[in-house]
Amino acid sequence: MKDGIGAPVKRKEDKRFTTGKGKYTDDIRNDNQAYAAFVRSPYAHAKVKGIDTSAAMAMDGVIDVLNGQQLTGDGIGNIICGWAITSKDGSPMNMGAWSALATEKVRYVGDAVAVVIAETQALARIAAEAVEVDYEELPVAAHIEAAMADGAPQIHDNAPGNQIYDWELGDEAATDAGLANAAHVTTLNITNNRLSPNPMEPRSAIATYDDAEEHYTLYTTSQNPHVARLVLSAFYNVAPEHKLRVIAPDVGGGFGAKIYIYPEEITCLWASMKTNRSIKWTSDRSEAFLTDAHGRDHVTTAHMGFDADGKITGFKIDTLANIGAYMSLFSSSVPTYLYAPLMSGQYNIQNIHCNVRTYYTNTVPVDAYRGAGRPEATYLVERMMETAAREMGMDPAELRRRNFVQEFPHQTPVLMQYDAGDFPKILQMAQDSADVSGFAARKAEAAKRGKLRGLGYSTFIEACGLAPSKAAGSLGAGVGLWESAEVRVNPVGSIEILTGSHSHGQGHETTFAQIVADRFDLPVENVSIVHGDTDKVQFGMGTYGSRSGPVGMSAVVKAMDKVEAKVKKIAAHTLEASEDDIVIEGGEVKVAGTDKSMAWHEVGLAAYVAHNLPDDMEPGLKETAFFDPVNFSFPSGAFICEVEVDPETGETEIVNFTSADDFGTIINPMIVEGQVHGGVTQGIGQAMLEQVVYDDDGQLLNGSYMDYAMPRAADVPSYSISHHEDSPSPNNPLGVKGCGEAGAIGAPPAVINAITDAIGTNDLAMPATPQAVWNAIQAAK
Amino acid sequence: MYPTKYTKAASIDDVLAALAAGEDAKLLAGGQTLLATMKQHLAAPSDLIDVRAIDGMSGVTTDGDTLVIGAATTHADVAGNADVQRLCPALASLAGGIGDPAVRYAGTIGGSIANNDPAADYPAGLLALGATIVTNTREIAADDFFEGLFTTALDEGEIITAVRVTAPAKAAYMKFRQPASLFALVGVCVADGAGGTRVAVTGAGEDGVFRHEGLEAALSGNWAAAATEGVSVDSDGLMSDMHGSADYRANLIKVLAKRAVDAS
Ligand SMILES: Cc1cc2nc3c(=O)[nH]c(=O)nc-3n(C[C@H](O)[C@H](O)[C@H](O)COP(=O)(O)OP(=O)(O)OC[C@H]3O[C@@H](n4cnc5c(N)ncnc54)[C@H](O)[C@@H]3O)c2cc1C
Repeated sequence: MKDGIGAPVKRKEDKRFTTGKGKYTDDIRNDNQAYAAFVRSPYAHAKVKGIDTSAAMAMDGVIDVLNGQQLTGDGIGNIICGWAITSKDGSPMNMGAWSALATEKVRYVGDAVAVVIAETQALARIAAEAVEVDYEELPVAAHIEAAMADGAPQIHDNAPGNQIYDWELGDEAATDAGLANAAHVTTLNITNNRLSPNPMEPRSAIATYDDAEEHYTLYTTSQNPHVARLVLSAFYNVAPEHKLRVIAPDVGGGFGAKIYIYPEEITCLWASMKTNRSIKWTSDRSEAFLTDAHGRDHVTTAHMGFDADGKITGFKIDTLANIGAYMSLFSSSVPTYLYAPLMSGQYNIQNIHCNVRTYYTNTVPVDAYRGAGRPEATYLVERMMETAAREMGMDPAELRRRNFVQEFPHQTPVLMQYDAGDFPKILQMAQDSADVSGFAARKAEAAKRGKLRGLGYSTFIEACGLAPSKAAGSLGAGVGLWESAEVRVNPVGSIEILTGSHSHGQGHETTFAQIVADRFDLPVENVSIVHGDTDKVQFGMGTYGSRSGPVGMSAVVKAMDKVEAKVKKIAAHTLEASEDDIVIEGGEVKVAGTDKSMAWHEVGLAAYVAHNLPDDMEPGLKETAFFDPVNFSFPSGAFICEVEVDPETGETEIVNFTSADDFGTIINPMIVEGQVHGGVTQGIGQAMLEQVVYDDDGQLLNGSYMDYAMPRAADVPSYSISHHEDSPSPNNPLGVKGCGEAGAIGAPPAVINAITDAIGTNDLAMPATPQAVWNAIQAAK
Repeated sequence: MYPTKYTKAASIDDVLAALAAGEDAKLLAGGQTLLATMKQHLAAPSDLIDVRAIDGMSGVTTDGDTLVIGAATTHADVAGNADVQRLCPALASLAGGIGDPAVRYAGTIGGSIANNDPAADYPAGLLALGATIVTNTREIAADDFFEGLFTTALDEGEIITAVRVTAPAKAAYMKFRQPASLFALVGVCVADGAGGTRVAVTGAGEDGVFRHEGLEAALSGNWAAAATEGVSVDSDGLMSDMHGSADYRANLIKVLAKRAVDAS
């Protein structure tokens, strides 16, 4: 099949994206439209003693100024975190109240206290500045250390000492014993730097209330419109689900930040009812830095023990995670169930214990960001392995090989059951492609030019395909994590796929069409994908955690199974043959070994005209399926990074970056490469450039691109990428594993391992800016 | 952005009249600094008076081995100008390294030096090259022009019309970019010419661009990279921020000065 599975089909959606014809939320113009601008706290922690709106209300063109008292008065509910974590002493997590508009207290710079509705966007913003809020400043805890300190300011009354939970996974006594018996123990203190997600399209919402129908429509930048509708309805009491339509049209990148339901969308919906206007809000970049959920922000101490042969005897982890001022939708799960279960890496480790304590701070909420927990775990495991190898005088690749899991299925001590992989093979692929054996010569040549050359590894595993609903539920998830699909064969034979997955850059309109084209042997042009609209698509849990392939596509396959069965029945009936002899091939439905056939579209037509169907058959040719995964999928990879450091300035150039990945079956290699490019680039951004900085007063110091460094094309090399496809996932029908996050998960340790190799000291934190690298060189002198 | 009134001036007299008429009028050139601050509500001028269409404000002419660069000449035009490349390649390469193409095709030399951002490139270049800043009322030596952070010798309503630079015997500018903004974390311009041996540093000084006496003394009469080796660059008076400590900046000044002499 020309455009089927494995073909590098050009992205169908790119014509509209590259010609400016994409339709994003901010492109939508409604009649009767007005604009919202939020009045945001300039303080990280303060009491709200009064709000004087008179000057703003007096401005010509200002429609209304609304506040949190009114919002809660109208019954709009608090924003919730959807995953309940239980502390190791059995107590539930301490979730503080989060109102879309703060009522009594603000808890981070940017916390919204009121909203101005005006005739133009510029006017709304000017009027927002004219709203006078009387604040009483409170002491601030802007960092984990400050939030944990004795006498720290209390951010939420129901979280004593600002702790949300103290959670653990694994057997502590066995791990301690493993470490006690070790021939060598490596200890590292590791910070996982706080990141701002920065999707190219900032968040936006346009909400419309129809008072005749008592019905709301919300266009918004969401990765999961059905989940948005669910929580807006069930928890925030905006409207029952059948009175609320959520549409996520073209969305320009999400990276996790657009999973959550934020105060602004809720407020726009409510304000549309209050003012009877269609309310539009679009974040500018400064607002995005201040209010989009950030990622990472962990401080960890870890110990890994090895026996005399270099086999791991125990791995003990103690992590502090910053949750920010409020608990965002998935915030609690990221440093727990998306983190600790990855601590076994690609290795056979019998004893692992991971303790995680999370704290509120006076900063914007922290939640899932590309990789979500797995980058934090991977950074730890892979820095450990490389550092341990150096300390024990071993080749870091050899140390990894000695510990690789080689037999599947493999049960780790931290919940996961690995189902398939070939870690030695992908490491070898990466080593061959990176010409590791020529490294010594390259290093010597670089030295002649005054450059320090280094090489670092990262051999990682991650978990995609979130998640078996039953297992997730037993661990505290508030939702099931299946996916649904409907396959509609139209009377003319063209096919529409309605999926609950949502594409915001991933290319689903191409890859989902490819699996259909492959199955029914049809041109990819005959298939279109419908997604992102709760009025069109049956239901869906959306796209994050690299789940659209393993879970979303699997639902499509299940629905195609049903369609195929019906197609065969119709053809067998029409052609007077046995169903078992029917084959679908080359645009035809045929009786094998005969010249009897129907064109594909004739079957579609037959199903809808229903003139000659088997007696017990319903007309029509469309089928729905829900797929609930039986396990996670486990993509793995081996990355090798090679750098040159200028010792005089600390400036680092990545001269070579090799990735060998196991994503299982590959639907479209071009799109997969694009995902690797983007993911690795984001990983390099975390490793070398990016870091959100709050000062001790909770002021965001780098809330613009003048101070927050994102990777540019010139910062990254041309990547060499290869794939291993011989260990497909046994737990979904296509054998796919997920490729959206691997780059961001695996790259940071490879980069830091390479730089620390070059400069000869392990004491280097992310981001490895020129200043940080230079400092490390000076400190090691 | 707050509402503002835009005027395109055809002459210096137009500018002066509009300045007098406006309540809080400001000159506008490339807008690469001013418009951004207006969008962030950090500036709210009542009037913007665009100086770019004034006769003679844009373009480069020569007077012997002296370049006369109109105040509204864009960074791209300075970088690409054949006379600048011939008489002062250091200045062409400095202009070609400002920001990104979008900034270079809009931003101007006059706007840059009037703004005197402590991390801007032109101040170091003009100070090291001993340039003269020409205004509608007088001529100001670069040594007297750059006064401190975002402050210059310009009087209220004074208009820069041109910058004069005499070709040096040797010069080079080395810039170490701040990773986010691509402005100079530190930039060092070294020049040896009629004005003597001059070393100017941007991006580092707490009071903005400055000349480094130690490096100038070491290079005077001994124009060689090795001459910088013995110089100690003190971190006192240098900026410290999230992008670089004073110590790191001191180190960069020395490294960049050495590399600039090598490249000159
Ligand atoms: C993304 C980005 C990156 C940048 N990177 C760099 C960099 O690497 N290095 C660097 O040096 N700069 C950089 N800049 C700044 C850039 O060079 C600006 O162009 C420059 O600072 C201002 O010039 P302008 O013509 O745009 O002036 P405007 O923004 O129009 O005006 C700036 C100020 O100068 C005044 N002014 C303008 N013309 C005159 C005149 N003729 N007489 C008197 N006053 C006048 C204005 O009233 C205003 O106060 C960057 C800017 C951006 C947006």
